[in-house]
Amino acid sequence: MTMANTTASQTEAPVFYMTEEHHPQNGTMLGFWIYLMSDCLIFAILFATHGVLGRNYAAGPSPADLFDLDLVAINTSMLLFSSITYGFAMLAMEKGNVKGTQLWLVITGLFGLAFVGLELYEFHHLWHLGATPMRSGFLSSFYTLVATHGLHVSFGIIWLITLLVQVGKHGLVPENKRRLMCLSLFWHFLDVVWIGVFSVVYLLGVLG
Amino acid sequence: MSTHSHAHDDHAGHDHDHGDGASHGTFNSYLIGFILSVILTAIPFWLVMEGVLDSKVATAAWIMGLAVVQIVVHMIYFLHMNSKSEGGWNMLALIFTLVIVAIAISGSLWVMYHLNTNMMPQMHPEMLRSGGLG
Repeated sequence: MTMANTTASQTEAPVFYMTEEHHPQNGTMLGFWIYLMSDCLIFAILFATHGVLGRNYAAGPSPADLFDLDLVAINTSMLLFSSITYGFAMLAMEKGNVKGTQLWLVITGLFGLAFVGLELYEFHHLWHLGATPMRSGFLSSFYTLVATHGLHVSFGIIWLITLLVQVGKHGLVPENKRRLMCLSLFWHFLDVVWIGVFSVVYLLGVLG
Repeated sequence: MSTHSHAHDDHAGHDHDHGDGASHGTFNSYLIGFILSVILTAIPFWLVMEGVLDSKVATAAWIMGLAVVQIVVHMIYFLHMNSKSEGGWNMLALIFTLVIVAIAISGSLWVMYHLNTNMMPQMHPEMLRSGGLG
């Protein structure tokens, strides 16, 4: 019986090896995806908070008084442009084109900077109007949600600059490709979150 | 040796596709995704800024519906989600997350709005007006 078992497992062993060989991943991409999903939960909680507090104006300004939808539309387009330029950087990377990758990454970073800059300008403007986070529940949840997203984009830009240096130093080695793919997921994920922000916070907010 | 390494390369290349999971697009797929996103972004902004629909509920429904469609577009064309990437684990993690997100958001709204109706009477404006407190 034992003998039979041993021989059976011995003959099966290569089969196991083959099925394992079918997905020889180092797990980074899946791990990073799971990180993004956990980040998604953070944003979900912030959206839920805004959903609860978003109408508590405390006799203060409402979204219709504060938000300039033209500015939000420009901001949205900045992020959308940066998404497709990052896509072009990935296409250049797959072709092994170092200069092209760097160029598209720089353009993506500039769109990202424009996005953060416009958001800071908006915050500054709101602050000037007295619409600070301390003013009402609506503004507390607004600043928390939108600034968390903006902070993510800012860190994405820092990461992007880091990878520009790395690619400049070492070229498109497998490690850098992997890092660029992770940042790609991160960047596109932030654009997905922004869809929720402009729809729920700005558009539904102004609609009242 | 060379045939062996070629065969191995082929195999590895195939596996690599699976391993990368989510990053192989083409110029056309990025362009299609971008154009769809622009349209799906422009419509809700237009609806709100021009006040196209009379009903607020209908406008809100359109905004949310188009947002969901745009998120799906981004998932497919930019994040390259499909049921096969990472042997299906990407999709499984996503579905799990969506379930948790749905529970967290709908549950929070449900509970908190019910709590609002159970607030102390003086917190209700109509009570303030009719009651003896004001």
